This record gives sequence, structure tokens and C-alpha cells, in this order.
Amino acid sequence: MTKTMICLLCPNGCHLTAEADGGTLRRCAGNGCPRGEDYARTELLHPVRNLATTVAVAGGALPLCPVRLTAPIPRERLLEAAAALHRCRLRAPVAAGQVVLADVLGLGVDAVATRAVPAQGDG
Amino acid sequence: MEPCYDVAVIGAGVIGSAVARELCRYRLRVVVLERNPDLFGGTSARNSGVLHAGFNNRPGTKMARLCVEGNRTFPRAAAELDVPFRRTGKLIVGFDREDRARLEALLETGRRNGVPELRLVGRAEIRRMAPAIRGEFALYSGSTGVLSPFQWNLGLAENAANNGAEFRFSHPVTAARREAGCWWLTAGGGTVWARWVFNCAGLHADRVSAMLGIPGYRIYPCRGEYFLLDRRLADCLPLPAYPVPNYRTGGLGIHLTPTIDGNVLIGPSTEYVGAPEDWATTAPTQALLLEEGRRILPGLSRADCIRTFAGVRPKLAGPDKGGYDDFVIERRDDLAPGVVNLVGIESPGLTSALPIAREAVGLLAEAEDLAENPDFDPIRRRPPVFREADEAARAALIARDPDYGELICRCEEVTRAEVREALSGPLGARTLTGLKYRCRAMMGRCQGGYCQMRLAAMLRERLGCRPEDLLYGPEGSWLFTGKVRDDEGNG
Amino acid sequence: MKEMDKDVVILGGGPAGLAAALRLWDLGVRDLVVLEREPEAGGVLRQCIHDGFGLTRFGEALTGPEYAARFLEPALARGIPIRTGAAATGLTAGRRVTAVTRAGLLAYRARAVILAMGCRERPLGALPVAGTRPAGVFTAGVAQAYLNLHNAMVGREAVILGSGDIGLMMARRLTLEGAHVRGVYEILPYPSGLPRNLLQCLDDYGIPLHLSRTVTALHGAARLEAVTVAAVDDRRRPIPGTEERVPCDTLILSVGLIPENELTRQAGALLDPSTGGPQTDQFGQTTVPGIFAAGNVLHVHDVADDVSREAENLAGAVRRYLDGHLPPCPVAVRGRGCRQVTPGRLAGTESAVLCFRPERPLRGAVAEVIQDGRVLASRRIPWANPAQMERLTAPPLDSRAPVEVVLRHD
Repeated sequence: MTKTMICLLCPNGCHLTAEADGGTLRRCAGNGCPRGEDYARTELLHPVRNLATTVAVAGGALPLCPVRLTAPIPRERLLEAAAALHRCRLRAPVAAGQVVLADVLGLGVDAVATRAVPAQGDG
Repeated sequence: MEPCYDVAVIGAGVIGSAVARELCRYRLRVVVLERNPDLFGGTSARNSGVLHAGFNNRPGTKMARLCVEGNRTFPRAAAELDVPFRRTGKLIVGFDREDRARLEALLETGRRNGVPELRLVGRAEIRRMAPAIRGEFALYSGSTGVLSPFQWNLGLAENAANNGAEFRFSHPVTAARREAGCWWLTAGGGTVWARWVFNCAGLHADRVSAMLGIPGYRIYPCRGEYFLLDRRLADCLPLPAYPVPNYRTGGLGIHLTPTIDGNVLIGPSTEYVGAPEDWATTAPTQALLLEEGRRILPGLSRADCIRTFAGVRPKLAGPDKGGYDDFVIERRDDLAPGVVNLVGIESPGLTSALPIAREAVGLLAEAEDLAENPDFDPIRRRPPVFREADEAARAALIARDPDYGELICRCEEVTRAEVREALSGPLGARTLTGLKYRCRAMMGRCQGGYCQMRLAAMLRERLGCRPEDLLYGPEGSWLFTGKVRDDEGNG
Repeated sequence: MKEMDKDVVILGGGPAGLAAALRLWDLGVRDLVVLEREPEAGGVLRQCIHDGFGLTRFGEALTGPEYAARFLEPALARGIPIRTGAAATGLTAGRRVTAVTRAGLLAYRARAVILAMGCRERPLGALPVAGTRPAGVFTAGVAQAYLNLHNAMVGREAVILGSGDIGLMMARRLTLEGAHVRGVYEILPYPSGLPRNLLQCLDDYGIPLHLSRTVTALHGAARLEAVTVAAVDDRRRPIPGTEERVPCDTLILSVGLIPENELTRQAGALLDPSTGGPQTDQFGQTTVPGIFAAGNVLHVHDVADDVSREAENLAGAVRRYLDGHLPPCPVAVRGRGCRQVTPGRLAGTESAVLCFRPERPLRGAVAEVIQDGRVLASRRIPWANPAQMERLTAPPLDSRAPVEVVLRHD
């Protein structure tokens, strides 16, 4: 499998050509520094992403509370994780950083509120 | 069963609303049936907003007579109904001998129609009146003006409603039959019965006329496309400037009109179309409008345009004939007793609305004695407009009503109080565009980028509806599929 | 109306205004106020729930609300006056600021004013798109606010016009919320958004990006039913015969941000047509003395981190201005091969950061600061991209001749 990509680790934005085979990175070209190879390896073999979405809040000054994961998860689990989060329900008040869903999909990361949502009338 | 109305008016455009208001001067139970969910769904909200003088209409026609009368009496109507307008004057600009001959003919037509303040002016005077306008000579019409078509329509309708007329929206009339001296109209899922019907259906007047038993009319929808320019360009154009109608080149000519609200319109174009509500703009016409606008405003860029839109004229004169056919305002007791039929009310219908309405109600008065309504109040007041207030007046407004201290639309400086007022009352806004035309929020250069969400929230609160029930404009123009998340009744 | 004297009035409580206020306070300027029209400060960050903020500034990936809190919380802890619900409506060259609040009109006489109003989105009307004007056309930021703040879902089947970053964000956001995004259409032959967003918002979800294609017409009388898309030539004109009808109920516009400069105009400050923001010197001062600008009101940035940094630097300059120590800026700056360059004037007595965007993508570029034919500074840019703002520091100058920022092939 050969793929071209832009390295996102620094603003230089090197255009990489990377080749993987059987779970290992065979070749990486175009990187201006060694970190490019790490980037290519992760991106090609087991890309991870964070996920940000919203969760319904009952009795809040806002109807929704934004949430994100405490660490990135495998890219292929994003939609599943979003679905799990969308089933959650919070009751105001919500504190920033509050855990909304622990151990999302058993991946060892939590979903946390990224802002406070005061109770309706307190806001 | 519902009681019988004295009069059912079909259409709540500027004509239907003016008719309803005139009817309220008498002891009559009036209902207005409007097919759209709110006002402003048709031609009355899609035009140049010009108070015409009446030099462009054949002498002896109703069009000529009612336009001149509408122009002359407009200040009083505007004062009664609090409708913004200004006599700007207007220039029709020419370059060659042929143009000059046409202008002289227009001048003569105007004189025969009794249009005041008409004269030919030279290059120097054109420059003095409007430095950006080029031309060798021009016909100057001092009585031409600009008005707010939205406030005109709303003012007439609100005043009618305040005097007892009932307005029913989302009530397209789909069938009509006459029985026991009454008209039974199928509309909005029910039946409305009335002794008299006024057909003020604008683009649909031919269809409604036939439904009521008066066949033979055909409306030829004729589209006009516009560019609406940013306020910044308003200084370039103190008065409307049109070219001499040029039948040779087939070009549009550069129609430029300042609006009462401080924008500039380029347009309208002229194009017969197949459907009465074909409000689509077209790439070639847009390109032409921009090109022609640039001749007068050389620095004009596409980015100065904040909106493109189109209106459709309900013309009785078809594409083979061209020009104008006279307004039809008639009673045809032989075919359809109890009907006052108004067909082909195109430009200058906005200017002529009240005289048209008086003439139409006069036809009813000929048939039966009408008792005056002693409670009729011709006065309607707009809520104070924050944008137009000076600093002291603004402070006073906020002191009286803190909602005046909360800006909802920053481009047009519309406050929560004005939005609230636009949502309230018997004719409060029911759609987002209805709200826009009432209070001007979303009409500025960001076109709702800042305020649309808040307006939608306020509208939802007023209507007490679910997100998926909110309408942008016409029936079916849903804004949302629903909530992103069920939040158990919050938000 | 009673006028209040202030050392500094800051117009806008978004990332620029908050960063400027915080830094000014820490520099000892305490007689200041931030005017924010919304009920809470934070600006557009409040609706930017995605992560990626703070990467350069804090070395971690924060969401918009978290990034805003990094400035808002210390500002509140210090007791910096932030007047929310206060919409500035007037600004004069004499630095009189008027604002509308529910408690009445406010008027300030400021020694210095900081413009931090941010930017707005280019609307449909400014585009050559024909056809009907149905419901279902939203600018990306409006759609973002509906989804993330107002709990309202804007559609099921979406087309996105323009590959600006907010449009890319909305492609992902709509997908996560169950809508189908048919594709992103970009009139330019290259994307406008950052590579990170192209990858994580489009590629990750299999959303196609169509370059050199644009929407030419809308269809549908009430709600959007379809759009016509067409390929464009190298002058961005639709190529006849390439039209294609794409059914959709929603069109998201991500076709550019316009610095919000109505107050700037009122004050009589001159604007730079290439940025849409005011002309400024290296201290962020506009052509009206004592009126400064930072953030997206000056020129649209790629990331909020840069906005904060620019506003903090500006705070330092404003402090010097208040002390009467700001030098004049007689040296003009011009760009070559650049779409835009800020600032427009330099003092010459001290170094200055020059910000610029390439005219077009350029592989193997070099950027140089040149004066009197001498290269004063240079930097290689392997992949110059208009979506990415570049920076180069000009050293103190010996001459008052114009300085050029040149971007060219190496």
C-alpha cells in the first residue's frame, strides 16, 4: 500500500510518499525531518483521531454541551464513538472537564465536557 | 358553521390589503385569504419600490389616471400608515435624436395625464442632480419617489386588521361555488362563505377569475431580475435613473434605483416566463445587469452585491404584443354576481394601490348601500426604528424599553424590541422572511450571518413550534429537519 | 449622555480582544474595558467545538470553548471589566466609542481603541449563483451555530461550496450527525482549507473534494432541491457543457471571510483592499492615531493561536503608545508574489514581523525581505500555500526606502 500525504506535525507541511506492507512501514520519502517518518507510520498503519461532538443537556442554560475525548482513538471507531456519545444525556449544571462518558467503547479514553453549562436561569 | 362574511378578499398583497382597508371604512365583515403563510409572498415584495409619476401610461386609461392619483395622494396615505417614502425625482436619460424624440413623447404623455413637475433637462443639470449619471439630456420627473414596498403592504394590511379585517394565511382558494346568494370558497382545508368576493390574486388573478366564472383573461408572467447593492454605494445615486426605453438594441438599459432603506437596485430586466412564480435569476441576465451597472458605478464589484432576486409582473399584454394593457377593475354580474374582479394589476400597481382599492370598493357601493363604520381609524404606527433615532432618542427608547438596548441585527441595527414588535399583533410575522421584511433584520450586508439564528429562535418561541415546523418563506420552505438531539423539551 | 474616560476601549471579546485585554492588564494598563455584544465573551470560539486550537500556543489540542476559557478565566480572575451585551455602534476619529446595552447607551472617550471585531462570512448574494432562492442555503458559520449552539439540524443531503476551513469542519460535523455530504466544490484549482482539515474532515469520511468546480445555480422553489455544478476555466468562468445537477436539500457556503470593518470605516481609517482590513503599521496602528487593530478584523488568520499572539503583541504596542513612546513608521511595505502583506508600514528602528500569503501554491519557494536591492531576511518555504499565512521577521533598517516582501521560486 502506497499513499501520499501531507505531514501535519509542523507548519512546513512536507508532502510524504509512504509505503507500508504487512503492518510495517517499508519506505517514506519527502520528509524534511525524522519525525515525518513517524507521522507516516502512524497515519498509514493505525491512524488515530480525537472526536468532538455535543451531548443533550436537560435543564441547562444551553440545550447542548460540547464534549471531546481525553485522547485520540482509532479512526475507524469514530462513528461508533459518536453514536455512543449521542445517546448520553446530561443534567445541568455541567462543569467544564466533567466526565460525560467514561471509557468510551472500552478504548480507555473518557469523553469530557469542554465547557460549563449552568442550570437554566443561573446562566 | 362559520358565519357568512360580507366580503372575502383573495390575496393579501398590496392590492388585497388596500381593498381590505377601504372595505373597513364601512360596516362590513371582511376576511382576507392569502395562499402564502405570511405577507410578502408575491409581486408586492419583489419590485423596485418606486412611486411612479404616470407619464409612461396611455392617456385615458385607468392605469394613467389611478397612477397619477396614487402619486398625488401618496403623502397622505404614507402619513396615515407610517410608510417611509421620499420624493427623489427621477431621470430618464437619452443620448441621440431618437432618444430625444421619445423623451418628448413621454413628456407629452405625462402632460396629458396631468403629471406635475415634468421637464427636459440638459447635461449640466443631469450632472448636478446625479454626478455619476452620463447623458446628453433627460426627462426629469419631480413627482417620482421611492417607498418601502414592505411597509406599504404591511401598513395597509395592519391597518385593515386593526379595523377588524380578518387575515387567514396558508389559505389558497382552490374552488368556488355560488349558492343561495353567497360565494363558498374552499381554502386552507375549510370553507369560507361570503356575499362578495374581491379577486386580488395578482399573478394568479386569471385562474381565480375563471374559477369565479369570468373566463378569458390570461396573465403573462414577466420576470424582472435585480441586484441589490450594499448601502455603501447609496451616495452614488440620489435618484432613480433609467435610460430611454430602447427597442432597437434589445438591451436592458441601465435601471438604477435607490431604495428608501439606503441600498441601490440594479434592474429589473424584462423576460416573459412560463410560470407565475418563476423567481429564478439567470446567469446571462445577472452578468448583463452587473456590466450595465458598472457603466454608472465604475468600481462596482460582484462583492458589492448583497443579494440577487427576481420579481414577476402579472401582465395582460403578452410577449407578442408587449407594452401595457390597462388594469381590469370590473363587476361582471352577467357572469359572476357578487364578484369584483381585479386583473392585470402590474406596475404601477404599487403606486396606484389605494385609488385602485377605492375604485374597486366603489363597484360594491354601486350595488348596495354601505353604512359607514364610525370606528374606522385610518392611522397605523410603526414601532420606533432604532436605526433612525439620534443618540438622545436612542437613550430614551432604551430607558422606556430595555429591549431597544439589545441589537439583534448589527448591519441594519435592528433591536430586540423591533423584532418583538414584528412578531406580535394579529399580523405578526410567521416566517423568517416575513420577519425580515417587517423589521429589516437580515436585510443588510451580512444577510443574516449574525442574526439569523436569533431571529429563528425568537420566531420559534412566538409560534411555539418545533424546529422542523419553522418556515423560511413559502409553504414547504422548512429550515430544519428537527433537533440535533432530543433535549427533553429544553431549548 | 455622560462620557467615560478610558485609557483603552477594546471592541470585541473574542480571541483577539481577550488576549489584548489580558496582556494590557498584565502590562499595568488597568483603565480599560472590553465591549462584547454577545451575552458571553469568546466570540466564534464558542461554536467551534472541534479540537485543534492551542497547538502552537499551549502545545495541546483544545476545543474552541476550552481555548477561549484559557483567556477568559484569567481575565475574569483579574477582574478585567468585560461588558457583555454591549454592541459598539459608533466610533469616531477622536476615539469616541458608543455602545448599545440593555441598561442604556454607553459613551467612552478613549486614549486608545483596539479593534477586535473579527470577521464575517461572505453571503450568497456576493456570488454569481443563479436560480431560485430557496430555504436550505446556509453559510458554514451559521450552520455551525445552528448545530452546535441552537440544537437545530439544517438538512439531510448537503453540498458544500468552497473548501474554507469552516466548510470542511461542517462537512465532518454534518456527517457525524447523520447527514450525507455529497461533496465539496472549490472554484480554485487548489483547496482553500488547511491540509489538516482536508485530511481529518474530508478524507476520513470519504467526502469527495472537487477542484475547479463551482455551483452555478440553485433549484427548488421552497426548499433547495438541487444545485447545478460546473467545471470552471482558468479565469473561474463556468465551462458550458460541464454542468451537472446534484440533488441536495442543503448548501453550505464556505466562500471566504470578510474582516468586519464598519466601525473602522466610520472612524475614517483607510482599508487595505487586499486584506479587507485596515491599513496598519508594524504596531497595529491604523491610519487614525490611537486606533489599533488585531486579529481577524485586520486580516483573516488560519488559526486562533496566531490571533492571540498578534493581539498580545499589539497590547505591548498600545502600552508604548499610552506612554508616548511609539516611533513613527515611515517605511512602506509592498508585496510581490503575495496575495496580501501586513503591516503596511515599518518604523525601521526595530525589527518587525511581516505576515503574508502566497498568491498561489508554490513548490520550493523562498520568501525574502528586500530593501534597496539588499536581501535583509529570507526563508525557504517548501510548500507555499495560500491557505497558510507565512511570517518573516524584518530586522532594523538602515534606510527609509520601501521594503518588499518577495515570494518566488527558489
